[in-house]
Amino acid sequence: MDAAVTVTHVNKSFNKKRILHDVNLTASAHEILGLIGPSGAGKTTIIKNIMGMEQPDNGEVTIFGNPMPNRQVLQRIGFMAQDDALYESLTGRENLKFFAQLFGVKKDRLNARIDYTAGVVNLNQDLGKRVSNYSGGMKRRLSLAISLIQDPDLLVLDEPTVGIDPELRRQIWDELRKYARDGKSIIITTHVMEDAAECDELLMIREGHIITHGSPHSLEQEYHVDNLEQVFLKAGKSNENSNNH
Amino acid sequence: MRILTITKRIFVEMFRDKRTLALMCIAPLFILSLMYFLFQSNTNTVADMGSYNISSSLIKTIDNKHLKIHQISSDTPAKKVIRDKDYAGFIKKSDGKLVVTYQNADQNKTAIIKKSVQMALINVQIKQLVSATQKSKVGLLKMQAQLQQIKKQLPATISNRISAPSTPKNLQNPTSLKLTQHYLYGKSNSSFFTTMLPVFLGFMVFFFVFLISGISLLNERNSRTLDRLLATPVKRSEIIYGYLTGYGAVAIIQTAVIVLFCIYVLGISILGSIWVVLLICFALAMVALSMGLFVSTFAASEFQMVQFIPIVVIPQIFFSGLIPVANMAGWLQVIAHIMPLYYGASALTDVIQKQATFASILPQFSAILAFLVVFIVLNMIGMRKYRKV
Ligand SMILES: Nc1ncnc2c1ncn2[C@@H]1O[C@H](COP(=O)(O)OP(=O)(O)O)[C@@H](O)[C@H]1O
Ligand SMILES: [Mg+2]
Repeated sequence: MDAAVTVTHVNKSFNKKRILHDVNLTASAHEILGLIGPSGAGKTTIIKNIMGMEQPDNGEVTIFGNPMPNRQVLQRIGFMAQDDALYESLTGRENLKFFAQLFGVKKDRLNARIDYTAGVVNLNQDLGKRVSNYSGGMKRRLSLAISLIQDPDLLVLDEPTVGIDPELRRQIWDELRKYARDGKSIIITTHVMEDAAECDELLMIREGHIITHGSPHSLEQEYHVDNLEQVFLKAGKSNENSNNH
Repeated sequence: MRILTITKRIFVEMFRDKRTLALMCIAPLFILSLMYFLFQSNTNTVADMGSYNISSSLIKTIDNKHLKIHQISSDTPAKKVIRDKDYAGFIKKSDGKLVVTYQNADQNKTAIIKKSVQMALINVQIKQLVSATQKSKVGLLKMQAQLQQIKKQLPATISNRISAPSTPKNLQNPTSLKLTQHYLYGKSNSSFFTTMLPVFLGFMVFFFVFLISGISLLNERNSRTLDRLLATPVKRSEIIYGYLTGYGAVAIIQTAVIVLFCIYVLGISILGSIWVVLLICFALAMVALSMGLFVSTFAASEFQMVQFIPIVVIPQIFFSGLIPVANMAGWLQVIAHIMPLYYGASALTDVIQKQATFASILPQFSAILAFLVVFIVLNMIGMRKYRKV
């Protein structure tokens, strides 16, 4: 399969403190790759290095074969940051339109794209409201809609399911599954094990180390447990042991 | 295209933020009006002056509506009179000399007395001159008559060579000699405000645009929307140009409001072209804008942005013409030349008060544009901090 994203031997420190330790990953087309780990594990830092928003201390990131950072490649990436970076004094529709225009979405497709993406996150009714009047969950959903606006080939979503109710969460996963079938590549981060079960491929991250990886099913078999939470705990322990030796 | 998208967004945000819009457009009007009334009242100042042993004709010449003269009957020391009666000055004639003592607590009043006395003395001198020339005319006429007498007595050949001294034209009618004063720029009733208006105008535009644009980019950074923006294929330069055009458009509106207010409400006359005034203000606003954007890179909060005002904005006032730059120490003059407001205020003064054309303010205008280019380049470099490509 074609690799949409490759991360090879990436290390990153902040203020002399090592945050990422030799991170390697590959995201392929037709696949949802999940980065799972507790808060502070380094998921967002990995995402920022992938997006070229942070420079790795060493190692390399490529997207669609291009070394990052690369401005043109950003055209093909739908990005959702962990914190909702939205223009509060603009309406939901104006936010969507603004980003659509930055991605050069053609005029004749503009309204169709806005309506479609807002539909994915059930936000059509609220598009006319200013974002300052949105709830936290609504802002999250608008951010997700924005990441889909230009119909990207790669989706990079940092904690997309936070603050979203179970019913809509199901709807969003179904939508992401559909994109994967269409040949898109998706990277998401989460600290919720239920989300992890939806992914095709998992990377478990702890204190900046990738402690294990594989499909949810194969991981459960490998560690002889029946849920992912226990995989995480077991893998964490064995990783600690191997680090100490 | 992306530039216009950003421009449009800034415009919409600006118009929804009524408070900031009011700060941009109404606050300068408020400050200008306040200054107008404050400085206007100067012209109504009346200075009290005591006098002793001054002839009533001289007092009449000194007297004017800004001066009230109180005659003192006894010879008291000047200091005592000024202290006891709280006069702004005291004038006294002793040994054929005029002695003026100033209280000098209010320099405006000191200036009024100084000017009034000087004017009076000039008037007296002119009168003396007039009477002297009158006398000399009488003398000349007498000489002429005598010459004619002598000429008649001489042989004809010689007499032709002696021509009568001609009477100079201006001696024909000596009483017409009068003092009239002309003002090259402005009118006799120009107040301090009128002279300083161009400086204030430039400063207002500069100050508000600097503050608003800097804070807006800062907010864009702190609310993470800048990061989000940089995760799209937008070019860094497109963000800078988008900001420049967005706030530039707001600055045009602001400038137009201020200039029209000065003309139609405060009744200030702009001698040169109003378009050139607007153009200079706009260029100045663009410099303020690019400086604000650049400086915001070094501020972590809005409060830190405000902390830059005493460093970046306030010093510019001193070099904008309030104090004549030509009289400054050499090194201060050098500093003046690295201040955008120095060029802006000087160009505005030339156009508003001296009817300068665009061609004649071109040097100052080019200097402003040079600042603009420098700060745009600095901004492009500054943006590299947020995204490397
Ligand atoms: N810009 C930064 N400067 C210093 N430390 C940072 C910075 N960004 C992240 N960190 C640190 O890196 C660690 C991992 O953070 P993050 O990647 O946000 O974790 P996660 O997204 O998994 O919760 C945290 O300890 C955080 O404090
Ligand atoms: Mg995170």
